[in-house]
Amino acid sequence: MSVALHEGELCCLLGANGAGKSTLLRTLAAFQPALSGELLIDNRRLNDISPRELSTMVGVVLTERIRMAGITVRDMVAMGRSPYTNFWGRLTAEDDAIVEEAIHQVGIVELTHRQISTLSDGERQKVMVAKALAQGTPIILLDEPTAFLDFPSKVELMMLLSRLAHEMGKSIFLSTHDLDLALQTSDRLWLMGKNMPLAVGTPQELATSGELSSYFPSPHLTFDAASMRFNIEL
Amino acid sequence: MKNTITITGLLLAMLLLFLASLYNGSVSIPMSAITDILLGRGSANHPSWQYIVLENRLPQAITAMFCGASLAVSGLLLQTTFRNPLAGPSVLGIDCGAHLGVSIIVLLVGGTLTTGQLTLGGFTLVMLAAMLGALAVMGILLVLSRLLQNNVMLLIAGMMVGYLASSAISLLNFKATAEGVHAMTLWGMGSFSAVSLDRLPWFVGMSFVGIILSIILVKPLNALLLGDNYARNLGIHIRQVHTLLLFTTGLLTAASTAFCGPIAFIGLAVPHIARLLLGSANHRTLLPVTLLTGASLALICNLVSSLPGESGVIPINVITPVIGSPVVLWVVLRMEK
Repeated sequence: MSVALHEGELCCLLGANGAGKSTLLRTLAAFQPALSGELLIDNRRLNDISPRELSTMVGVVLTERIRMAGITVRDMVAMGRSPYTNFWGRLTAEDDAIVEEAIHQVGIVELTHRQISTLSDGERQKVMVAKALAQGTPIILLDEPTAFLDFPSKVELMMLLSRLAHEMGKSIFLSTHDLDLALQTSDRLWLMGKNMPLAVGTPQELATSGELSSYFPSPHLTFDAASMRFNIEL
Repeated sequence: MKNTITITGLLLAMLLLFLASLYNGSVSIPMSAITDILLGRGSANHPSWQYIVLENRLPQAITAMFCGASLAVSGLLLQTTFRNPLAGPSVLGIDCGAHLGVSIIVLLVGGTLTTGQLTLGGFTLVMLAAMLGALAVMGILLVLSRLLQNNVMLLIAGMMVGYLASSAISLLNFKATAEGVHAMTLWGMGSFSAVSLDRLPWFVGMSFVGIILSIILVKPLNALLLGDNYARNLGIHIRQVHTLLLFTTGLLTAASTAFCGPIAFIGLAVPHIARLLLGSANHRTLLPVTLLTGASLALICNLVSSLPGESGVIPINVITPVIGSPVVLWVVLRMEK
């Protein structure tokens, strides 16, 4: 089996808990070695790419929270420039411009000088997306970015990611449990299930093939391909 | 701009406190005489004054400065490495490791901490033992930190490792001679006066190397604030950085512990005071501010310790908790919010 991420696409990884979503994401981010198989970025093996070079190719947004006090939004976004800055981490005028641009793109200009610890979950996720943007990587991986967000924030974040993929040509890949949202906003879905092969396709393709419903087996859940929605049967 | 003012202010404060430490002491000497001695004009009528200022107060002030700076920087590195605001060399039991190393040499092998009686070889042995003890505890903690996700758990683990070391120290004390125990007890109270002028270069050298290493680590330290995975994704070589951090904190803690005794609270409290002064966790400014604040605070402790005047000096570990524990309480209260 062979699957690929494409530039300019928002791709969602869906699957039940324990299906291996996190493992897959950790492997893609090179946090752990592949259990089997091979990963290629631009036809180069992931293992052959140095950590330093990889940091300019893949940016991540993780679930772990930053607890330390004294980090402003701008500091955090500027962290994304680390792979490019000198030994002391000093930002050049160009770095500064890229950081400003990332903050602007994500729409958090008014938060620039706030402390990270004072932000809401939704705001914090946007800051981390801005960090990944400032990192200037063609690929951005996000581990359950919509978890713990209220519904409007979830929608806003997905719309933001979709816009970044389409307008900036980024390849954005995220894991999520928000089925409906993923169906409506993503260009492509990867479905994972225990003891099932990975299913990949556009939401439409997976809906018509019936795979969508088979990956979410529940006696109370039916998928309606016409409306592209899961219905709960009481 | 604001940072420059803070750093300049601290630098001035440190210099003033340093001078105050030379002009103040349990023996009262006229200021003009001290100025003469410091400018090399000597004080022919009072050779003892010359001795007190140059052989006693000067090394003591330098020791206080470097000890405070070392412990504060070590505390900052630990808080960032473990992403734990309550981490510090004494909380995590790292100085207990150094303490154990020193105890083994002093009480078993028969080395001694009192000045003058120890050969350079014996002294090197004490230093090495302190270093090994500190490194061992730090190594255990780094391994445990991979297994323990919870911040509080790591603190508890550190305390337990510290207790184990203390139990070994108690056993050694139980088996040792009365003089050995007395020397260790005095050492355990903390003092900046135990470093003689001829040993000062060793202490300053070790601290200096540790401080230089920590300055080199500024950029990776900033990335580590986000956690190991984010740092790795930013191109930081985690294992390399951890090894260097292990060595640096070990060196800084071991040097100050072996020379001045296990001094509590400076490593834990000073980084918080520095963050408060700066309002930023960026190590490029936080590290120098922590260093200067640590040095200044240790000089204040040194000054306070000689307050009783002719009746002797107060041990340093009587003073540091008075300054340190309110800061820690404040940090804990703020974490609750």
